[in-house]
Amino acid sequence: MPDRLTTDGAGVSAPAPFGAPSRVDVTDAAADMLRHLAETNGQLMFHQSGGCCDGSSPMCYPVGMFRVGASDILLGTLHVEGTYPIDVYMSKSQFEYWKYTHLTIDIVDGRGSGFSIEAPEGKRFLIRSRMLDDRELEAFGLATHGAV
Amino acid sequence: MTITDRPEAAAAAPSAPTVYANPGTAGSVMSFKPRYDNYIGGQYVPPANGQYFQNPSPVTGQVFTEVARGTAPDVDRAVEAGWKAFDAWGKTSVAERAVILNKIADRMEQNLELLAVAETWENGKPVRETLAADIPLAIDHFRYFAGCIRAQEGGISELDQDTVAYHFHEPLGVVGQIIPWNFPILMAVWKLAPALAAGNCIVLKPAEQTPASIHVWLDLIKDLLPAGVLNIVNGFGIEAGAPLASHPKIRKIAFTGETTTGRLIMQYASENLIPVTLELGGKSPNVFFADVADQKDSFYDKALEGFTFFALNQGEVCTCPSRALVQRSIYDGFVADGLDRVAKVKQGNPLDVSTMIGAQASNDQLEKILSYMDIGKQEGAKLLAGGARADLGGELSGGYYVQPTVFEGRNDMRIFQEEIFGPVLALTSFDDYDDAISIANDTLYGLGAGVWSRSGSQLYRAGRAIQAGRVWSNTYHQYPAHAAFGGYKQSGIGRENHRMMLDHYQQTKNLLVSYADGPMGFF
Repeated sequence: MPDRLTTDGAGVSAPAPFGAPSRVDVTDAAADMLRHLAETNGQLMFHQSGGCCDGSSPMCYPVGMFRVGASDILLGTLHVEGTYPIDVYMSKSQFEYWKYTHLTIDIVDGRGSGFSIEAPEGKRFLIRSRMLDDRELEAFGLATHGAV
Repeated sequence: MTITDRPEAAAAAPSAPTVYANPGTAGSVMSFKPRYDNYIGGQYVPPANGQYFQNPSPVTGQVFTEVARGTAPDVDRAVEAGWKAFDAWGKTSVAERAVILNKIADRMEQNLELLAVAETWENGKPVRETLAADIPLAIDHFRYFAGCIRAQEGGISELDQDTVAYHFHEPLGVVGQIIPWNFPILMAVWKLAPALAAGNCIVLKPAEQTPASIHVWLDLIKDLLPAGVLNIVNGFGIEAGAPLASHPKIRKIAFTGETTTGRLIMQYASENLIPVTLELGGKSPNVFFADVADQKDSFYDKALEGFTFFALNQGEVCTCPSRALVQRSIYDGFVADGLDRVAKVKQGNPLDVSTMIGAQASNDQLEKILSYMDIGKQEGAKLLAGGARADLGGELSGGYYVQPTVFEGRNDMRIFQEEIFGPVLALTSFDDYDDAISIANDTLYGLGAGVWSRSGSQLYRAGRAIQAGRVWSNTYHQYPAHAAFGGYKQSGIGRENHRMMLDHYQQTKNLLVSYADGPMGFF
């Protein structure tokens, strides 16, 4: 089973309390696409890819298509109105280098990527990143390391 | 990706124009067809669902052809066609197959400019590279495996006086191959040549970003292969790639791409208990030891080219030397000279033979690269060159161009750890040999690396210590067919190129024969 990152010990499968720090977010445009994809694919999930070509991109799959495992970490869950909760995973080894950044899933015009399901729509999910702020670093137990 | 021909030599060929005309326009050496179907069982057939997708050129951003949107029924049909052909193809003699591979190579050589221009228009890379590297390397690849399969021998082991073990090489059957978009023809050939040489039939799925140039190649050579030996199903990863990778009737799947899809391919392969080869990229270190700067001679000049090689193919190479590690004692001077060299990288129309850096392969790739420039700045990396999209004006304004970019920072930054797949160099310094090796190996990947030194022993020790499948030593970006290519760590499984690649496309048949006259004596 993948590890779950928690901020309050209660897990992240329920919507975080308003204002609680989260590692992942989604833009309105990406949320629209997720709603559209969920209509035909049911519950969705993301796995952040690494490596060449279409790597370093978030891959979107129907739940059950991609097997997450003990090498993965659950970064957080997106709550998009009209869909089931959407878990966002990454491999633990990759997370070591990503842990100081907050990720927002966006969408751009694109032409395919791995087996991610949005490709036939002519769109591509994309990660926008920002450094965690002091409050988030504190909440995630990273404050002593500093962000930069 | 330098090879036998030097780019300037190709550009200087007497009959070669200095700027090739856009495909399909007056004076062009080639035209794309308005539409490409799937190629199954020796003929072009429309996709089962009747749908097509549009294919833009990264040079201008304009659509130039449409391509079959293949789905599971098309993959089924292609796999079936492959098995139908396999009975006969798998039994052809190695001499017959070698002749066919050599003929394919000859056709390609006769059509070098046509293929090079098609590949440039498809992918956005400069024609200087397709003329001197992509296509000549692909040609040589067919010839190399034509030679390998002729020279390959099985084995005979004399177990005792009356008992002999014979080892035969046999083809696997129908294999699946999923091709990336960074070298659409060359990466296809890396997989096709050994598979065909070994006697397999193939279902190939080109990248949806670059689905057309492989058909230009196919048009040139398809009469040389029996129907069904090579089948090409175009389409999106989720609609055509996944059904191919998970198909219960393929005997092997080969994939070049990224880690998440690589895992998915392995997951499917585990369901069907078939072998996989995976090439999943890297974050290759390029290490410059202090003695490189002992003299400002042609070797120093060569090292500066090595520093600049991150811009080759717009950085869209799995082995892009995207981390430069420069010894502190020469850092300021060497980096200044390196940045000078980077500033001389000529960006422009990819069909101009003097252009050194062309367009990124797709809009989403462009967006991803820009998003990494953003995170690099946020992480506090210092921008030393480039750092933005390039607008080249005119019809090229719609294309996907990025300035060659150099960031200075620390190896724990994300731009040092993630494959940006663009012309973005992450630059840092090191103190001594141990520091260099430690930084070089501090990565999840291990595909390529470069080491530069005037000391043979230092070169050797560093090359052996870096955990990567290919360590270029006092060179970079050479891809001869005769050198094994593949990754350590998360960069993948298996090798491409080299005779050993045949092993990935062959089954071993052992006949264990007793010539003894009497029983063994157990019963």
